[in-house]
Amino acid sequence: MELFRDANIDWLGRKWYFLSFSLVFSVAGILSMLFWHGIPRGVDFKGGTELTIPFDAPPNEDHIRQALSSAGIHDSVVYHVAAGPGQSGNDEIISLPLSSATDQAHDAGLQAVKDALQANYHDSGFGQPSVAIVGPTAGKQLQRQAFLATIYSLIGMLVYLWFRFELIYGVAAVVAVFHDTLITVGAFSLTNQEITLTVIAAILTLIGYSMNDTIVVFDRIRENLALSRREGLADVVNRSINQTLTRTVISSGLTFLTVVSLLIFGGPVLRGFSFALTVGILIGTYSSIAVAAPMLVAYQDWRKSKGKVANLPAKRVRA
Amino acid sequence: MDKNLKIKTAAIIAILLVFCYGFLGIPGGLSPTSLKQALADHIKLGLDLKGGTHLVLVVHVEEAVGSATDRDVQRISDDLQKTAGVSGAQVHKLDPVNHPDTITVSGFPATKASDVRSVLTGNDYANYDVTSQSDGSEKVTMKPTAIRDLEATTLQHTIETVQDRVNALGVAETTVQPYGLGANEILVELPGISDPQKVEDAIKSTSKLAVYAVVSGPYENDQAAMTALNNVVPPDDMLVHGNATPTSPDEVFLLERAPQVEGTDFRDAQPSTDVNGRPNLHFTLTTEAGDRFFKYTSAHSKDSASPGSMAIVLGGKVREVASINSAIRDQGEIEGTFSKDEVDNLSLMLRTGALPASLDPLDTETVGPTLGAASIHQGVIAATVGMLAVMVFMLFYYRGAGINADLALILNLVILLGFMGYAGATLTLPGIAGVILTIGMGVDSNVLIFERIREELRSGKTAAASVQQGFGHAWITIVDTHVTTIVSAAILFIFGTGPVKGFAVTLTFGLLANLFTAVFVSRVIFDAHLAKKERGAELSI
Repeated sequence: MELFRDANIDWLGRKWYFLSFSLVFSVAGILSMLFWHGIPRGVDFKGGTELTIPFDAPPNEDHIRQALSSAGIHDSVVYHVAAGPGQSGNDEIISLPLSSATDQAHDAGLQAVKDALQANYHDSGFGQPSVAIVGPTAGKQLQRQAFLATIYSLIGMLVYLWFRFELIYGVAAVVAVFHDTLITVGAFSLTNQEITLTVIAAILTLIGYSMNDTIVVFDRIRENLALSRREGLADVVNRSINQTLTRTVISSGLTFLTVVSLLIFGGPVLRGFSFALTVGILIGTYSSIAVAAPMLVAYQDWRKSKGKVANLPAKRVRA
Repeated sequence: MDKNLKIKTAAIIAILLVFCYGFLGIPGGLSPTSLKQALADHIKLGLDLKGGTHLVLVVHVEEAVGSATDRDVQRISDDLQKTAGVSGAQVHKLDPVNHPDTITVSGFPATKASDVRSVLTGNDYANYDVTSQSDGSEKVTMKPTAIRDLEATTLQHTIETVQDRVNALGVAETTVQPYGLGANEILVELPGISDPQKVEDAIKSTSKLAVYAVVSGPYENDQAAMTALNNVVPPDDMLVHGNATPTSPDEVFLLERAPQVEGTDFRDAQPSTDVNGRPNLHFTLTTEAGDRFFKYTSAHSKDSASPGSMAIVLGGKVREVASINSAIRDQGEIEGTFSKDEVDNLSLMLRTGALPASLDPLDTETVGPTLGAASIHQGVIAATVGMLAVMVFMLFYYRGAGINADLALILNLVILLGFMGYAGATLTLPGIAGVILTIGMGVDSNVLIFERIREELRSGKTAAASVQQGFGHAWITIVDTHVTTIVSAAILFIFGTGPVKGFAVTLTFGLLANLFTAVFVSRVIFDAHLAKKERGAELSI
């Protein structure tokens, strides 16, 4: 069984559709980040309130989460305190990110949780919660380090691609990755979902995946350029994408399948994580065809218009 | 050819077993429970997946104020003598316990009052307010804003140091964060570790180490000391309990309040052994501290005019009293009957930086996984369902070769888990994200190879040639994608912390495993298959 044995789609011809699609989503994302929901951040980044609630009977965490979300309290982290000296084993910790660090905000949070549980949690009663204020797990320093680490890793990848291909390939791949990250974070902002540390890990994953996909296409382009020197770049790129289409659809499709399975069956806590991966894989695959490849052609056209020698020399590489 | 293949197959099986051992050890049996137990014993899970211990500690930030004023007492004394030429001034803290922020300067002639004032209001003491008292002395008090800043910096510094120390103990994926509003408490989260007491002890014992000059002593007990001092403890000195040597009883010493060497002065500390093979501590001080120490030790070494001894105080108790054999500049050894553990702990404390203030544990509780046990369960099911779907598809689309891919996938996971087990790495959700990427790239590698083989077959080549060409071409692509991602993972590992590092670790291991299975193992299976068939036979792909 073959999926796309003789595909012959003119990908580059559709580049304006791709461009507008990307622009619409990027701009929507940016606008949302700037003016609407901002970039919603979780307890990991903002810190918040930690309530320890003693329940009268062994608590059911799923019911607690439902009770909170039906009262409109989302983005809380609920976990269990084990039995031990001084602990009955019926305590749950509920961590809420808060928008401000004032006492009133913390009190309001406490009251909201108590009301929500009172109204919606029927498994057992509960006692007076103790309140603590927690700082962010990922403080400013960690955030900055993570950000710098990612930037350095992108530079590292660019340098490697420069070495194995040409500079423009590296630049195109990195631009595609930026595009993917922007749209994914924009998606979080548009749907007002929290960005937690695990979401950051998912974003790193999608960077890796997008790179992988882009490099596969580039590799084919390089091979085809070496084989036929007379074809125009646009034709070579189109052919390369068509040749790798089967592989792209299967690989991305399978990974997408796993991630969607996680999104559907993985439960509410993993939702942010799986959402980032789902969007990321789609966009990562899309960007290799719609952003990275057209950039190569656009770059060559630009050099042509400047009157420079317009060919992307393809090094014959031995692995 | 056949023998070559046999060697390769044997190698693969051997590697499989080696990595299986990495994450399973030698399991008690083959039942699911004993396998699960073996797995749990070897793979460490992070706080989000397994839970762990919450430790709440209070940081005595006020001690930082005391230390700062102690240092400034010394500085004021020096400055008054040298710069202002005022001699005979007495600089000390009248009430170090209740008012550690106040220094009193007295005993100087009234004619020098303006000189004294100009020194005290100079730039060096911008953090202090100076008020003249009715009895002619000057009261120097630290400004409230300066106190608050100092306490905030102390808290931050303590958090960083505790984080370093807990990490250095090999407990990975911990977090240390501020806790409570304005209460100077910190929360240390330790993922499911087998010996929380050891970590707690290491943190609790991260109290201050300092070297003080001994003024007099030892006295039998507090009363004896007070009697000898005529019931007045000089304001510049303090009484401290402890032992002159580990075998001597608890005695009381009179030490100078300002330490000669503090924790912050140590640049490095390493455990080593002395000539007799006993554990001791080799230390290196910063240059500035080294100069100060040299001045002190040469002035008071046993050959000097006023030989003295030094007391090493740890956690508020005298740990050791040593006479000063010779002048020490910035390198030296602390000897004594230390045990190996004590020396290791002590050097760790000094190396990772001194805690600016001491800690007291307030509360310990064991918490469940932050992701919630139910979520993890659901996640595992979802992931398994996903993987099975992938494997079924591979069989369906690639027929015989699909078995290849599925085997490679399973082997991939085995090697990855084995790596994790051997490296003692902790698995967290970000780490699992790395695993997902690895599986994705693993599937991709296989698809690349198979598609290429199909292409070659379509262009008319024989099965054997197609396999060769297919692997040959696909190898270049696989190298490019994997090396790029490994470069990225390496950089993330070096520069990242916490979850970013966890992600980088699983990714790197996974990609190395991938390179091995997708190319070597897959090829061996194909070759084995081809060797069995006759020439020109069909390849099931």
